[in-house]
Amino acid sequence: MNQTNLPTENQNTKTEIKEEISIPTNMELSPYSKKIALGTRVKEKFIEIFFAINGAVALIFIVLIFIFLFKEGIQALNDIGVLDFIYFDQVQFNDSIKRLYEWYPTSSEPRFSLVPLIVGTLLTAIPATLISTFFGVGAGVYLSEIAKPGAREFLKPIIELFAGIPTVVLGFLMLVVGASFFNDLLEPTNRLNAFIAALGLSFVIIPIIASMTEDALRSIPNDLRMASYGLGATKWQTVSKVILPAGFSGVSASIILGFGRAIGETMIVLMASGNAANITTDILLSVRTMTATIAAEMGEVSQGSDHYYALFFIGIILFTITFFLNLIAEIIINKMRKKNVF
Amino acid sequence: MKKIKISTEDLSLYYSEKQALKNISMNITEKQVTAFIGPSGCGKSTYLRVLNRMNDLIPNVRITGKVFVDGVDIYDKNLDVVNLRKRIGMVFQKANLFPKTIYENLIYGPSINGIRDKNILNEIVEKTLNQAAIWDEVKDRLHESALSLSGGQQQRLCIARALAVKPDVILMDEPASALDPLSTAKIEELIHELKEDYTIVIVTHNMQQAARVSDKTAFFYLGELIEFDNTTKIFTNPKVKQTEDYITGRFG
Repeated sequence: MNQTNLPTENQNTKTEIKEEISIPTNMELSPYSKKIALGTRVKEKFIEIFFAINGAVALIFIVLIFIFLFKEGIQALNDIGVLDFIYFDQVQFNDSIKRLYEWYPTSSEPRFSLVPLIVGTLLTAIPATLISTFFGVGAGVYLSEIAKPGAREFLKPIIELFAGIPTVVLGFLMLVVGASFFNDLLEPTNRLNAFIAALGLSFVIIPIIASMTEDALRSIPNDLRMASYGLGATKWQTVSKVILPAGFSGVSASIILGFGRAIGETMIVLMASGNAANITTDILLSVRTMTATIAAEMGEVSQGSDHYYALFFIGIILFTITFFLNLIAEIIINKMRKKNVF
Repeated sequence: MKKIKISTEDLSLYYSEKQALKNISMNITEKQVTAFIGPSGCGKSTYLRVLNRMNDLIPNVRITGKVFVDGVDIYDKNLDVVNLRKRIGMVFQKANLFPKTIYENLIYGPSINGIRDKNILNEIVEKTLNQAAIWDEVKDRLHESALSLSGGQQQRLCIARALAVKPDVILMDEPASALDPLSTAKIEELIHELKEDYTIVIVTHNMQQAARVSDKTAFFYLGELIEFDNTTKIFTNPKVKQTEDYITGRFG
């Protein structure tokens, strides 16, 4: 029996091998042979191009703004000169020379020193950033590490809502309510001063720092918290020695962005800073910022005058500062994202 | 005659409404290795975290029953949880070193306990690295990032870090599950040496590992403690049918 069966078995295996290596011939009949319809292909391509244009538009606008700003602003360097943006040498009656750092663009002897404007900007932006760092990082730590999930869901949108309040409203609030309150409390030299403006700016910057700090801290793997608590650390030790150092880059990026916003913010400082171009370190004095100068004077300047180009030059400075601050923050955030992928 | 280090009485744990541990009573002996085995979701890791109150960190967890360590009720309202966690160290499934240097990782525990003296800290670092059998591998790079080490080295560094706060119990939650066989062997060897001085509780998915390293084995299933006995007894002659089915690979 066995012996007679063997040849048949061999034959079977042979035919099987033959079937295995047979090459498909009728490709058109295969369900895989369906081709893309021309209409679909055109539609896909169209959608692709549509979104590519959308993406490019933002970039094009930035480049155009950049070009326009520089085209107008560079003119100022020709007409006024770099040194005149720093000081003005006034000839006195006795022929001696007095060096002035003043912003008087409409005087018969126009003075274009940017020093008081830069001082004014820093004197509002730096205190605002310090105040906002204190409260913003605190709020971020609270949201990320301390608040119960319910409280976080409730509080985070409220804090972020603050960033959406029109700045003219905040400026008005500081001008009317804030200034009066602190006028009684601190008795400042000027009712509207750098401190009032800085407080107003803080309303905008605290939400930025709080929200970004919370994001940065929450992206830290929970394992690290567990490791710390497992070693007998308290909540405060865990936050201060593990969580904040691990989230340091994210937190500092949020502070840099907040600082950039403080420098670029216009309406609040225009309304609340008093707008007197003082060179001072006294935070209770009126100051004039670069942004407020452009906003207040651009409407009345005669086009093509030195003053007109000088305002554009201020615009270049502002654009450059905020551009680089944003760039630094963006680089830090990107590095952080890469680092957190363990 | 060895003492009972940890004991639980009628311990149940609930995540919101869901009961994750059901009436577990068990005694863990000091200076031995006790292994918890069972399929995923059986409650063995949850039970481990009951022993140093790590579950406190998860919202909506409710516990009934009693847990005693050296006869002290660790769920007493006034108990200092931070002190408890210093006494009962923990090693996690994934090496969770801080993004700092090797040295900074090791002194984290002692320094939050207020040890500032550099000489004492250096002593602790060398001693614990020796205990964790990793001194020779890292002694020349103590001030490099701990995250530059291999996975197995990181896990042994985690053990060293846990030892640095001088605990007397070490809880290990699947400490070798993410490691290659060679690193796993090193960890197991280490566990074997550490049990001279420490009470070790280890959760593992790997039954051979439980058989190799532990003196006693507990089998958990669906939140219940099915069987708890000497490891040799569990693996050669289990009393309960479910235990036998699990260790012979019929389910799990």
